[in-house]
Amino acid sequence: MDEILEILEKNSNYTVEQIGKMTGRTVEEVSQAIKEYEEKNIIAGYSALINWDSTSKESVLALIEVKITPQRGVGFDKVAERIYKFPEVKSCYLMSGGFDLTVIIEGKTIKEVALFVAEKLAVQEYVLSTATHFVLKKYKDKGIIFKEKPEDDREVTFI
Amino acid sequence: MKLEDMILNRVNNMPPSGIRKYFDMIYDMDDAISLGIGEPDFVTPWNIVEAGIYSLEKGHTHYSANAGIAELRKEICKSLSKNYGLNYDYNEEVIVTVGGSEGIDIALRALVGPGDEVIIPEPSFVAYKGCTAFTGAKAKIINLRAEDEFKLTPKLLEAALTSRTKVVIIPFPNNPTGAIMTREELSKIVDILKGRDIIILSDEIYSELTYGNKHVSIASFPEVRDKTLVINGFSKAYAMTGWRLGYVCGNKILIDAMKKIHQYAIMCAPTTAQYAAIEALKNGETSVYEMTSEYNRRRRVIVSSFKKMGLECFEPLGAFYVFPCIKSTGLNSDEFCEKLLKQEKVLVIPGNAFGECGEGFVRVCYSSSMDNILESMIRIERFIKQIKR
Repeated sequence: MDEILEILEKNSNYTVEQIGKMTGRTVEEVSQAIKEYEEKNIIAGYSALINWDSTSKESVLALIEVKITPQRGVGFDKVAERIYKFPEVKSCYLMSGGFDLTVIIEGKTIKEVALFVAEKLAVQEYVLSTATHFVLKKYKDKGIIFKEKPEDDREVTFI
Repeated sequence: MKLEDMILNRVNNMPPSGIRKYFDMIYDMDDAISLGIGEPDFVTPWNIVEAGIYSLEKGHTHYSANAGIAELRKEICKSLSKNYGLNYDYNEEVIVTVGGSEGIDIALRALVGPGDEVIIPEPSFVAYKGCTAFTGAKAKIINLRAEDEFKLTPKLLEAALTSRTKVVIIPFPNNPTGAIMTREELSKIVDILKGRDIIILSDEIYSELTYGNKHVSIASFPEVRDKTLVINGFSKAYAMTGWRLGYVCGNKILIDAMKKIHQYAIMCAPTTAQYAAIEALKNGETSVYEMTSEYNRRRRVIVSSFKKMGLECFEPLGAFYVFPCIKSTGLNSDEFCEKLLKQEKVLVIPGNAFGECGEGFVRVCYSSSMDNILESMIRIERFIKQIKR
């Protein structure tokens, strides 16, 4: 896999000059590669990973297990599409195992999420059942552990 | 009687470390960046830490066999065979030690004493000279040269050999220069040493940290296999410095001699660390790959930045050090480091801390975060511009 993608996935904040130095490529080569990844939708977007729990923002996150009946010809995709197009849906995955879709929903209050599930999700044609699990605490997201920044506490050694 | 007089001359004569003052200076500085510490910035991968914790929970809190847990010795032999084509018998040809450092110490203590000479290529890790001096043997220094990219050349080696030479230390990948030795370069060294009664002490602690060429061990040459002691360990590859775990491999006769010292002085290496190390060897490959990839990116950033600044710098292909020449600034190594630290709050180590021939160079260690490295390069560039103005 291209190292540029590995670097950007960890920190999309680096400049093309910095990435060029890290990978031993010219600025032009890096710019061109990134442009192509963007055009091919391999790089689908850039975002910051925010620890909302440390801010004053009130929000709730819920993971919904959804069982659906697949449709002839399009399988699960059509139903999934009707669901993931709602802006409240942050993530949507097709699953193996006891249920079919994992839908991650964000709302301001528990009531708001519950109403969304009841009024928009559960009532969809082909949706058989839903089970809602509210997230109580985020420990780790996208490889980042949410607690105080680790400090460099290495002591002096003569090596 | 003064207590000082009770201490052996060879210990009294050992000068204190010249780099302590820099660490004292940086201690009170806010916003300082240290590229001075020669150990990984990564925390030991969790699967390895967890294996250590589990061993404690299981009650593995006793001494291990003197030479180390058999399963660990088997894994060490498996990994050396797979990675470097070295074949050792886990039962007779391996000792697990307290870091690679203990390996250096007990090897020298088993092999040399007053009247013997130990050839030490410099710049290199400071312990070789120290441990040699404590045995009463004489350190015969080879001054490696920038024009050879700080590699050991046959000519330099031949010039250092005498009838008293008992041990030659081969310290590659090298701390502080980042130099490595290729198979072709080593074969010329082998040609010189194979017919002589000399033991090769090959310190390969940075063997997993090479960029481009895979590490070649001098012990993989059959002509010198039985007169080579290979020192390696877990500190650098697996970010396990604080666990204090290394090992030595070699012919049974040499290992048996070292075992005597090890069993009386040390008993055995820490048991918890040994259990953690088994996990490191069995399931640590991905972590090593991720860490070396990150080191490699930092290395490229530093080398290209120094070139842009006009500091001469050969491409270091091993360890986590860059060793640029700072002579063009008109400063000596000590002045450079002190001024850089005072003006820009970046700590690098004077090259002469690793041997006189390191004068005119500084050691820049890239075991610090990418953000620190990017920021420190901006600061060093500003510093150099200001000096050259």
